[in-house]
Amino acid sequence: MTPRLTHLDRLEAESIFILRETVAEAARPVMLYSMGKDSAVMLHLARKAFFPGPLPFPLLHVDTTWKFRDMYAERDRIAAEPGIDLIIYRNPEALDKGINPFDHGPLHTDMWKTEGLRQALDLHGFDAAFGGARRDEEKSRAKERVFSFRDKNHRWDPKRQRPELWSLYNARKNKGETMRVFPLSNWTELDVWQYILREGIRIVPLYFAAERPTVTRDGTVLMVDDERMRLEPGEEVVRRKVRFRTLGCYPLSGAVPSEAETVEDIVAEMLASSSSERQGRVIDRDTGSASMEKKKQEGYF
Amino acid sequence: MTAPADVKAWLAEQQHKELLRFITCGSVDDGKSTLIGRLLFETQAIFDDQLAALEADSRRHGTQGENIDFALLVDGLSAEREQGITIDVAYRYFSSERRKFIVADTPGHEQYTRNMVTGASTADLAVLLVDARKGVLTQTRRHSYLAKLVGIRRFVLAVNKMDLVDYDQAAFEAIAADYRAFAEKIGIDQWVAIPVSGLNGDNVVGPSDATPWYQGPSVLDHLDTVALDAAADAAKPLRMAVQWVNRPNQDFRGFAGQIASGTVAPGNEVRILPSGRLTRIERVVTSGGDLELAVAGQSVTLTFANEVDCSRGDVIAVAGDPPEVADQFEAAIVWMADEPLIPGRGYWLKLGTQTVTATVHHPKYEVNVNTLEHLAAPTLGLNAIGIAEIATDREITFEPYAVEGSSPNRVLGGFILIDKLSNATVACGMLHFALRRAHNIHRQHLDVSRETHAALKGQKPAVLWFTGLSGAGKSTIANLVEQKLAKLGRHTFLLDGDNVRHGLNRDLGFTEADRIENIRRVGEVARLMADAGLIVLTAFISPFRAEREMVRKMMAQGEFIEVFVDTPLAEAEKRDAKGLYAKARAGELKNFTGIDSPYEEPEQPEIRIDTTAMSPEAAADLIVEELLKRR
Repeated sequence: MTPRLTHLDRLEAESIFILRETVAEAARPVMLYSMGKDSAVMLHLARKAFFPGPLPFPLLHVDTTWKFRDMYAERDRIAAEPGIDLIIYRNPEALDKGINPFDHGPLHTDMWKTEGLRQALDLHGFDAAFGGARRDEEKSRAKERVFSFRDKNHRWDPKRQRPELWSLYNARKNKGETMRVFPLSNWTELDVWQYILREGIRIVPLYFAAERPTVTRDGTVLMVDDERMRLEPGEEVVRRKVRFRTLGCYPLSGAVPSEAETVEDIVAEMLASSSSERQGRVIDRDTGSASMEKKKQEGYF
Repeated sequence: MTAPADVKAWLAEQQHKELLRFITCGSVDDGKSTLIGRLLFETQAIFDDQLAALEADSRRHGTQGENIDFALLVDGLSAEREQGITIDVAYRYFSSERRKFIVADTPGHEQYTRNMVTGASTADLAVLLVDARKGVLTQTRRHSYLAKLVGIRRFVLAVNKMDLVDYDQAAFEAIAADYRAFAEKIGIDQWVAIPVSGLNGDNVVGPSDATPWYQGPSVLDHLDTVALDAAADAAKPLRMAVQWVNRPNQDFRGFAGQIASGTVAPGNEVRILPSGRLTRIERVVTSGGDLELAVAGQSVTLTFANEVDCSRGDVIAVAGDPPEVADQFEAAIVWMADEPLIPGRGYWLKLGTQTVTATVHHPKYEVNVNTLEHLAAPTLGLNAIGIAEIATDREITFEPYAVEGSSPNRVLGGFILIDKLSNATVACGMLHFALRRAHNIHRQHLDVSRETHAALKGQKPAVLWFTGLSGAGKSTIANLVEQKLAKLGRHTFLLDGDNVRHGLNRDLGFTEADRIENIRRVGEVARLMADAGLIVLTAFISPFRAEREMVRKMMAQGEFIEVFVDTPLAEAEKRDAKGLYAKARAGELKNFTGIDSPYEEPEQPEIRIDTTAMSPEAAADLIVEELLKRR
């Protein structure tokens, strides 16, 4: 009796294929690691892909200095694990100018993340960077390639993307050009959670509901993760039982009220839920519905 | 959806969901995006915030008045939102109780054949949208043909907008009958016709009261139960393309890849292609523990019972029924780039995990996708589909793409062509079969080897390839170099561009294709002479990098020495020894390099001669010195 593969088996096999194909064809691959659940799944898949060997590439965390403390703790735990080479990069100019989400608005994301990523890739000469983006996250991502080609300035040009047929990925490029590779392209948010549950993958506790100090600003519940959080007049820190569906810089990550304390609870909540995960991201609202596409063209991941 | 009482039980059920990939195709106004939007909506794949955004968008851009325009849900890029048509392949996800679905949404617009072929390449099934008021159109036939070409065997003819024909049974049946005649003609035998209204949701996820005369499944019912290619793949003989050799230490050597077809278990006898060596599977390694059996679709790492050569690009196959190995093929090719195919030019061909240089001959014919007629065609342009012969520079392991009565051999039968300069994916293709002449003409083994030839002459063969603009001084310098080598007792031969065109290449003109063939022939002759032990000098403009690289690859490692005679255009034109530039400027000579045809400078020539800073004598001395340094 031959085993029948389930949809999770097939997604896993496809992701492993993509990871191996990149390592075989790229000169200097790197995995972007952001401590989120998608990163955790991607890292887990990479370990499977190259087992019993170690990861044949380093991890790169493009830091903004504004992540949740829990995220930094998880990052440091991962960095300490055997066979892991984790590079941390902070844009020196952003550091120097004290760029922060309170004073600088969209510039915060642009300088720390978009610009920081470009600098880090150029500095180390990485020619292929794995990212955890999924096509189901946002409309403009639905047509993103698995191997996304970027020009010398890391810009994404929708017209120069290569057709991807079968499982044939064209990773050839000229000097200075790079690839973003998305092994989780075909996963949905629910697939990710089901896989975390099936494989027992450790994720940052922020995904689980707990009493946390919060403020409500413009209808979004924000967590007061450290003393740098600036309160506006009239704002009051309130303890609420909340969790996060996506993680980023804490002053930009919206929390949702929740009772979900286990992965099963989260899945149950998701099935009953009525809003998509990107809703919690303040940065998507900058310029309306075409905003993600614009960010991508500029080189945002 | 409400939360199931026992999430664990529900999740356990979810573990058994299968995956079906399908493609939707239709003309611009057939309501394709509306149907997908409806499927997403009905299966709860749309969240409230997306719905709210959709309602707002519907008011702004929608075409449905006060109603929600589901099409907006699936149109992504701002450019296409303005045009109101999809211009690329978008992937959507939803699931039923039984299956998870990946939908490739592809445009129906005439000029976007390549997107449809892309979306269809991974699909098990195609949903063809037809407007009930218009019936089977040219586009419907074209999409059917394209989907069939890429190996799709199962079709759903969704007769949409039934609400606009008052759910008329006769109208539906006339369309189904019309399609039946066409499907028989092109060999589509597994298809169903379903009357639907994407706008109102009739027969999309469940039966409809509006069509009491229709007893068949809804679209979702059919998607839930149709057979998958995965079962057929597993029943075929074992094939696995090796992606990567896993060698973390001296004690472990594993071959990583995704099983394309068949099954594999420890103890199985396997053959490594193209070498043909035999070995036995020792372990099927995964991080979750070794497997007793792995099947098509799984990504695994295999180890062998003994040490045999095996690396990326090789194929591991069942010992008794291995795939073929060849270097000349007939294939169907879909051209996907703005620049047309250049017959004779070298492209990268990627098939499975093998990447080789391939040249495509002049097409035997192009297929008119609307009438399915065969047309004579000197080349293939954007979105053209043609049948042509292909030659690769070394043997590759392959299988014919289409299989009668089974799933296509996607991994070992499908390939892409990549432009060597821009690295763009310019075409895809499906191998039909290997050509007989490649099968039967084995290279004659020669007892007097090229090493013997060279040893007799007491020299190391080389090809000094002079390239540069017309009038740059290639022939002058090459002549001097040959004189100097003769004095040193070296055996040489000079192939000059003008002379060769009087004899061997008399039949060639100056079009891009002819210039490529000119260089290919000269390359072959130079190689034969190098095999005979000679130092060959060639003086050809050879303006294209790709062709010079093609010749470089023909030669043994280190024997090709590219000499770039670097003379600026203005200087060459000033010299104009043969009066050619004057003629070209006057429009009397077409395709003249530097004037109306490009010259691509070498990026890393072995030797560069700046003729504005160096006399021909000095240049020749330098070249001789460089050449002699090389032994």
